[in-house]
Amino acid sequence: MPITINGVDHELDVDPRTSLLDFLRGDAGLTGTKKGCDHGQCGACTVLLNGQRINSCLTLAVMHDGDSVTTIEGLGTPDAPHPLQAAFVRHDGYQCGYCTPGQICSAKAMLDEIAAGWTSYVSDDVAGSPKLSEEEIRERMSGNLCRCGAYSNIVAAIAEVAEAQA
Amino acid sequence: MTRLYTMDKPDERNRLDAMAQGIIGRPLDRPDGSAKTAGVAPYAAEYVIPECAEGVLVLATISRGEVVEIESGPVLAMPGVLAVIADPRMITRSAQGGAGKSPVREIHKVDYYGQPVALVVAETFEQARDAATRLRIAYRTDDPAKVPLDSEDSHASHESFGEPVQQGNLDAAMRDAAHAVDVTYTTEGHASAAMEPHASIAEWDGNTLTAHSSLQMLKYNQKELADALGLQPEQVRLISPYVGGGFGSKLGISAELTAAAVAAIELGRPVRVVMSRQQVFQCVMRRSETRQRIRLAADAEGRLDGFGHEAWVSNLPGEKFAEPVTQASEFLYRGAHRTLRIDLARIHRMTAGSVRAPGEAVGMQCLEAAMDELALASGIDPVELRLRNIPEQHPSEGLPYSSRRLAECLKVGAERFGWDGSDRRPLQRRESEWWIGTGMASASRVHNLNEAQARVTLSTDGTAVVESDMTDIGTGTYAILGQIAGEMLGLPPEKILVQLGDTRFPPGSGSGGSWGAASTGSAVMVACEAIREQLAQQLGVEESDLTLKDGEAIAGNRRIPFTELLKTDLAETGHFKNGGIDEKFAIAMYGAFFVEVGVNAYTGETRVRRMTGAFGLGRALNAKTATSQCLGGMVWGIGSALTEELVFDPRDGHLVNHDLAEYHVPVNADVPALDVVLVDERDSAGSPLQAKGVGELGICGAAGAIANAIHHACGVRVRSFPITPDKLLEQLPEV
Repeated sequence: MPITINGVDHELDVDPRTSLLDFLRGDAGLTGTKKGCDHGQCGACTVLLNGQRINSCLTLAVMHDGDSVTTIEGLGTPDAPHPLQAAFVRHDGYQCGYCTPGQICSAKAMLDEIAAGWTSYVSDDVAGSPKLSEEEIRERMSGNLCRCGAYSNIVAAIAEVAEAQA
Repeated sequence: MTRLYTMDKPDERNRLDAMAQGIIGRPLDRPDGSAKTAGVAPYAAEYVIPECAEGVLVLATISRGEVVEIESGPVLAMPGVLAVIADPRMITRSAQGGAGKSPVREIHKVDYYGQPVALVVAETFEQARDAATRLRIAYRTDDPAKVPLDSEDSHASHESFGEPVQQGNLDAAMRDAAHAVDVTYTTEGHASAAMEPHASIAEWDGNTLTAHSSLQMLKYNQKELADALGLQPEQVRLISPYVGGGFGSKLGISAELTAAAVAAIELGRPVRVVMSRQQVFQCVMRRSETRQRIRLAADAEGRLDGFGHEAWVSNLPGEKFAEPVTQASEFLYRGAHRTLRIDLARIHRMTAGSVRAPGEAVGMQCLEAAMDELALASGIDPVELRLRNIPEQHPSEGLPYSSRRLAECLKVGAERFGWDGSDRRPLQRRESEWWIGTGMASASRVHNLNEAQARVTLSTDGTAVVESDMTDIGTGTYAILGQIAGEMLGLPPEKILVQLGDTRFPPGSGSGGSWGAASTGSAVMVACEAIREQLAQQLGVEESDLTLKDGEAIAGNRRIPFTELLKTDLAETGHFKNGGIDEKFAIAMYGAFFVEVGVNAYTGETRVRRMTGAFGLGRALNAKTATSQCLGGMVWGIGSALTEELVFDPRDGHLVNHDLAEYHVPVNADVPALDVVLVDERDSAGSPLQAKGVGELGICGAAGAIANAIHHACGVRVRSFPITPDKLLEQLPEV
């Protein structure tokens, strides 16, 4: 079975040592997904795997027969940006831009997780439905490092999109 | 044509404020934003180049010695492996900022644990990575007991670095002082840890070496690479339109670039080399650890008579850089009796070099913590103490200050934060298990200017192009250069294309020392002035009588669109030079930090709850990107105060925490909503733009404010950064 990336099928005819991240960046030619550490420590390689966020450096491409992956290129384009992409530009939620695709993919999945009722360490009631707050956003986005230190603006961008969706 | 502007006196013309377009300073979105957020902005490793081979560096596993043999045979027999290269053209250290020539490149001689010693090249990354881990290298190892690995080692040689300041009699001033503070602080090494690892793709056509590389200062990098390879600079082309962060680590070329270049030349095909995160940590640059003795001698009203700042730092033998810890101490506060000096120890750890705000980043945080100790000793509000110590003129050189907004920043920041400095005794406020306290610090960073060129072309279709080899490392260069050109030429931003990061363009300043905007921006302004003169000439008016707005020239009662006025494109190169303005004025950026922290009464964990920074940095060319730079600096301050520390193994000098799981940069949850105020300022000595530097100021002193807030919260004064829970725990009061 092929792997589906942003709605397009790709054959998985690769070296079994190839990470999903390297497959995306190399074989699939989608360099929007970034390699910051290759060890699952920085989040720059975050993509959506069957709708959920993962660090694509921590999984091998050959393990994803039949899976569906959405990368930053699949969320939107410069001419037709996803609301999160547009909000990151408006709020200057990035500087060098290298962690940005991972931040945006992570934010997309994170908002879906809250909508699905997943609680976090900072949720008041782990048995109830989490409420979106800046504290929840900070906690849930802490797997995505930004060395430029754009966190305040990242939180503002995500909060704006979340409010518009609510 | 090229128009030269030499800045040897203040530029009082303040031309930008007299223009009509009204876009300078506005918080416009970055023009590169949509490409970055959509993931289509290409970084160095991301170019599709046919037949590109993949290289992986191999690092030394000894602290000092020699490579005796590289057992290439077994590795070359592995599938896909093309070459094992250890070539005298390969550098073994990163070039220091602005070096313009090759750093050390004795590939067989090992000077530090983690030094590059070989490159393995294969058809694919997976093959090269596997082969690199299997490459066996035989070393002759120097007796570890005789290799100095830290500054305290008796085998380490010491030298005085730079020009010490020795003025009056500090010892006597300390004796006579009503209030005296004599304290020693330490800071640990820091890593830049830019999110994009160092990466290069090199191509060789038999005459020219072309490289896509992640670099901050191309005009120097071109010379560095040419020197290493034995080529003329014209034979080297570097391309870096997008750089995934630098923070000093990409000021000079690093080992992956020369390795890729040599491999490309030897193999006759393009080669990509990307450092792993661990390699970036181990073989690029560290900020030196520091020990700092600070002496403050004040009269009964808190006015400083004596000021001492002495620092001990380290670097590898042969390096011409020492962390300039006392840089802002030279001019920030008064004190007739002064002792400032830096001691440099030569040790065998990885190269020490520039990490964001070299000098002030660690110097200011310790000085500002010591100032807090003086405030407590004298019972004076820390804000008031600082206000009383702003000098009339440079305390050693007697120079006048250019525009200086330190007092305004202290006042504006205090008001915005709701500062109450009347009672600074600790242990006053507890919320359940958290001790709550506030602290403040001044910010200061010296202003730098560098030679820069930029070409501006105004086209007959009413658009303009700005070109320079200047880089945008996240600072907002694309945005601000467009805004400067738009303001000067009367064009909306969407009519201007800014092209950066290619040595085929005129040499800009590069990004470093916070000088990029003021230097390259001034070159753009100078080019635009030359174009304005040509337009004025065509209209038969004085340039000063010409108004340019929305693509039209307005003079007298005429209004003519550029598309009608221009018969040919107008191209001018602006060439900006520092003509010694900094020898006539003490020019710097200033600010103030205010912080509230919580310290956990049981665990010693510190959380920053809120933080305000007020900054005077000359004209902000784009309020949005300038604010973001300040925000980022404050985040670095949080890291420097609480978590960031390079840990070296005392036995062999290897960096223990060489990745992002072990070296702790602040994460989102560590950073509260930060508040930044840009205090309005024009500094005519800063640049013709009236702008100064922005990128580093936000870190310079921030960690000191946090340390002071920790003391105010829980009563523990920690003089060893970072202030990790273990350092607080043993001294926390019983609750």
